[in-house]
Amino acid sequence: MDGAAILAEIDRRFGADVVETHDHRGDHTAVVTRAALPRVLATCRDEPSLAFDVLMDLTAVDYLTYPGREDGPRFEVVYHLYSIAHGHRLRVKVRVDEADAVVPSAVPLWPIADWFEREVWDMFGVRFSGHPGLRRLLMYEEFVGHPLRKDYPIDRRQPLIGPAI
Amino acid sequence: MGVGSFFTSKLDEAIGWARKYSIFQYPFVTACCGMEYMAVACSHYDIDRFGAGLPRFSPRQADVLFVVGTISHKMAPVLKRVYDQMTEPKWVVAFGVCTCTGGFYNNYATVQGIDTIIPVDIYIPGCPPRPESVLDGLMKLQDKIAAQVQRY
Repeated sequence: MDGAAILAEIDRRFGADVVETHDHRGDHTAVVTRAALPRVLATCRDEPSLAFDVLMDLTAVDYLTYPGREDGPRFEVVYHLYSIAHGHRLRVKVRVDEADAVVPSAVPLWPIADWFEREVWDMFGVRFSGHPGLRRLLMYEEFVGHPLRKDYPIDRRQPLIGPAI
Repeated sequence: MGVGSFFTSKLDEAIGWARKYSIFQYPFVTACCGMEYMAVACSHYDIDRFGAGLPRFSPRQADVLFVVGTISHKMAPVLKRVYDQMTEPKWVVAFGVCTCTGGFYNNYATVQGIDTIIPVDIYIPGCPPRPESVLDGLMKLQDKIAAQVQRY
């Protein structure tokens, strides 16, 4: 299936829950609501004509200071899907506010999401409900804050040992 | 100069001479500088000429700690522990600009120079340093080892 047909299929099934879709240089993206996200992802994986059996990547974006997006939901969690059977791809996004930065976990669908979601929690502070063990992945447990947030000071040091510089 | 200090100064020279040609290094390799470290160890540059050809992979058997590559705050306690496990006499070489100052990593993760954690004898800057710089640093370390006064 080509990208436009995939987006049309997503739109047909979840029309009310699709916030927007777009196509940038052949990369097709569907932005969906958080409530519909588990159903959208499950359909993407299980529907034979879509058959997205690989979660290539799961990451997040902080739009705190992004021009034109300062007032909108702060975070965007991004899923990159790939189908081995069909060779097609899709990007799914969901937007969440800082005050309620929780997204349903994708671990039941793709076990690989485990460490991806731990990394997003570590770096951005977005929680994933239903995750089997949401701990920091890259930073140490004593670390305070989430370093890839745009309001984390670039020169703040949190040394485990030794003087702070 | 008394007879006693004459003998101890000659003994110092003999011990320093022996030590500087029997450097057993512990390579603490964490990043890309490791490739350059391997180049130094191979036959083109051949640190075996300086008696430093045999790395020991236990800190308890080593006397020079080569810190090769970026040290993150998460890795810092490990490096400190490896240093503490080495027996005296011991020396530390900061290999590459990341270990000297943090290099261009001015961020949340990187230690801004390993001398904030452990004492350093020789700094070899470069990103990564050329093998010639490493040999230069190694010879400076040998001079330092040879000149070291012993405590009896």
